[in-house]
Amino acid sequence: MRDKAAVTMSDASPPWRAWLTTDTPQSRLQARLGRAWTGWRTFRRNRLAMAGLLIVLALVVVAALAPLLAPHHPYEQDLANRLLAPGPGHWLGTDSFGRDILSRLLYGARLTLMIVALVAVTAPVVGLLIGTVAGYLGGWTDAALMRVTDIFLAFPKLILALAFVAALGPGIENAVIAIAITSWPPYARIARAETLTVRHADFISAARLQGASSLRIILGHIMPLCVASLVVRVTLDMAGVILTAAGLGFLGLGAQPPLPEWGAMIAAGRQNVLEQWWVAAMPGFAIFIVSLGFNLLGDGLRDVLDPKGD
Amino acid sequence: MIRVEDLRVAFGQDANRVTAVDGVSLTVREGECFGLVGESGSGKSTVLRAVSGLNHDWTGRVSVAGADQSPRRAKGFFKTCQMVFQDPYGSLHPRHSVDRILAEPVAIHGLDDADGRIDRALREVGLGPSFRFRYPHQLSGGQRQRVAIARALILEPRVLLLDEPTSALDVSVQAEILNLLRRLRAAHGLTMVLVSHNLAVVANLCDRLAVMNRGRLVEELTVDALRHGDARQPYTQQLLRASQGYDRATAESFRDFA
Repeated sequence: MRDKAAVTMSDASPPWRAWLTTDTPQSRLQARLGRAWTGWRTFRRNRLAMAGLLIVLALVVVAALAPLLAPHHPYEQDLANRLLAPGPGHWLGTDSFGRDILSRLLYGARLTLMIVALVAVTAPVVGLLIGTVAGYLGGWTDAALMRVTDIFLAFPKLILALAFVAALGPGIENAVIAIAITSWPPYARIARAETLTVRHADFISAARLQGASSLRIILGHIMPLCVASLVVRVTLDMAGVILTAAGLGFLGLGAQPPLPEWGAMIAAGRQNVLEQWWVAAMPGFAIFIVSLGFNLLGDGLRDVLDPKGD
Repeated sequence: MIRVEDLRVAFGQDANRVTAVDGVSLTVREGECFGLVGESGSGKSTVLRAVSGLNHDWTGRVSVAGADQSPRRAKGFFKTCQMVFQDPYGSLHPRHSVDRILAEPVAIHGLDDADGRIDRALREVGLGPSFRFRYPHQLSGGQRQRVAIARALILEPRVLLLDEPTSALDVSVQAEILNLLRRLRAAHGLTMVLVSHNLAVVANLCDRLAVMNRGRLVEELTVDALRHGDARQPYTQQLLRASQGYDRATAESFRDFA
């Protein structure tokens, strides 16, 4: 019954869909878009992953539109109205300086997104480069690079990040650097493992027989095959990055007051956590939702991208 | 065109050392198709990989197109000598389109007119321009092997090494690919070395062949001699009998040749 419905639907599909799903694309662009479309259809079938994507998109929208959405200024203090319970006027209550928690959360989304984005464009790239080079070249290069990776892996992540922040000085940029420095080794490991599985494949031999340099093979042939599992891992790790950033903020080593970073907000609510639970709970809730969103998104991306799932 | 003298290849260290190729010498003339036949593990593919430059660990002498080759090859060598692999499912990059696969060698060697070359190469192997932007997973085994042949030919090499190019394909497609290879050889005056365990395939395409067993060259003979059953060595005769199909008497007459 369902199959029948699917057939009639594809018969009646609009021309753009036929253009996307054709077996004989006419141009590079069409071929690429067709592949993206197929991937998107796989992704869309996973409801939880769609929920994750919506949460992450919502985070982006909120961060972009924070000034429009926030009912108050995030730094605006109102000592007469401090520690108000959630209610009309202040939907999520106020903190110990009388600042509107909802507004601070909305502005804080920008910081969270910035941290996530900066870590996502640094650590995996470094890890990918080191892992693929080590895996493809092997021998001494492999030994040297992987021992460095091992050394970094031997440190507890948060402690190492703390040490870096302590050395570099507190602040959100330094927190990002510290998180990136501590989170690349697992990516290098994954990239190396993926490289080892493909480096003796016939298509790599074929590329060598065309005279391709090691650099060309690593960049053009090996990296595209590692990217999929790396993207999945990065999205799954984003929750951890948010938590580490929040942890650094909580310890006073990340974002500095009055920046509305979610971890720092929890730390500020610590004194009142028993009487005025919302001060710490609301930012905690925001961290929880966004982390969950990234985890669900990562699960869905694994279905789409991970070649082992085929 | 190709001259191999006393080629030795060994894998592994010390106690685990296995000699895969043990003093093989052979000569392939220009424009000739030379078959290299033997059972699995006889070292025939290893010879091919040493000639192609994929395997660096060998001793002896290999010369291609009149030039002695060192284990590591310069880029220019690959314009003379290309290879087609056995498994068309493994020899094409799963995330590269046919267009990208064919454009790569052109870009590596800095040749002009990539579009024209890709178009011509696709036509030559019997695939139309409609295949150009497909991905390997949208192609059948035979079509993939055609793409692999087009990739090998796009640099206009003079020598084509074929490592069991039809053994992963079903029988009707095998014939198509063999016909294609014969046509290409005539059109471009290619020198070919065909590695196969299938005597019928070798007899179909080659002029001369060599039989290998346990890393050694057992016998060299012409395809005509093969057809007439004029093999001198007992191992070759046994291989011939095996290729004609099994009955109990044949199977019982087999013995191991060390």
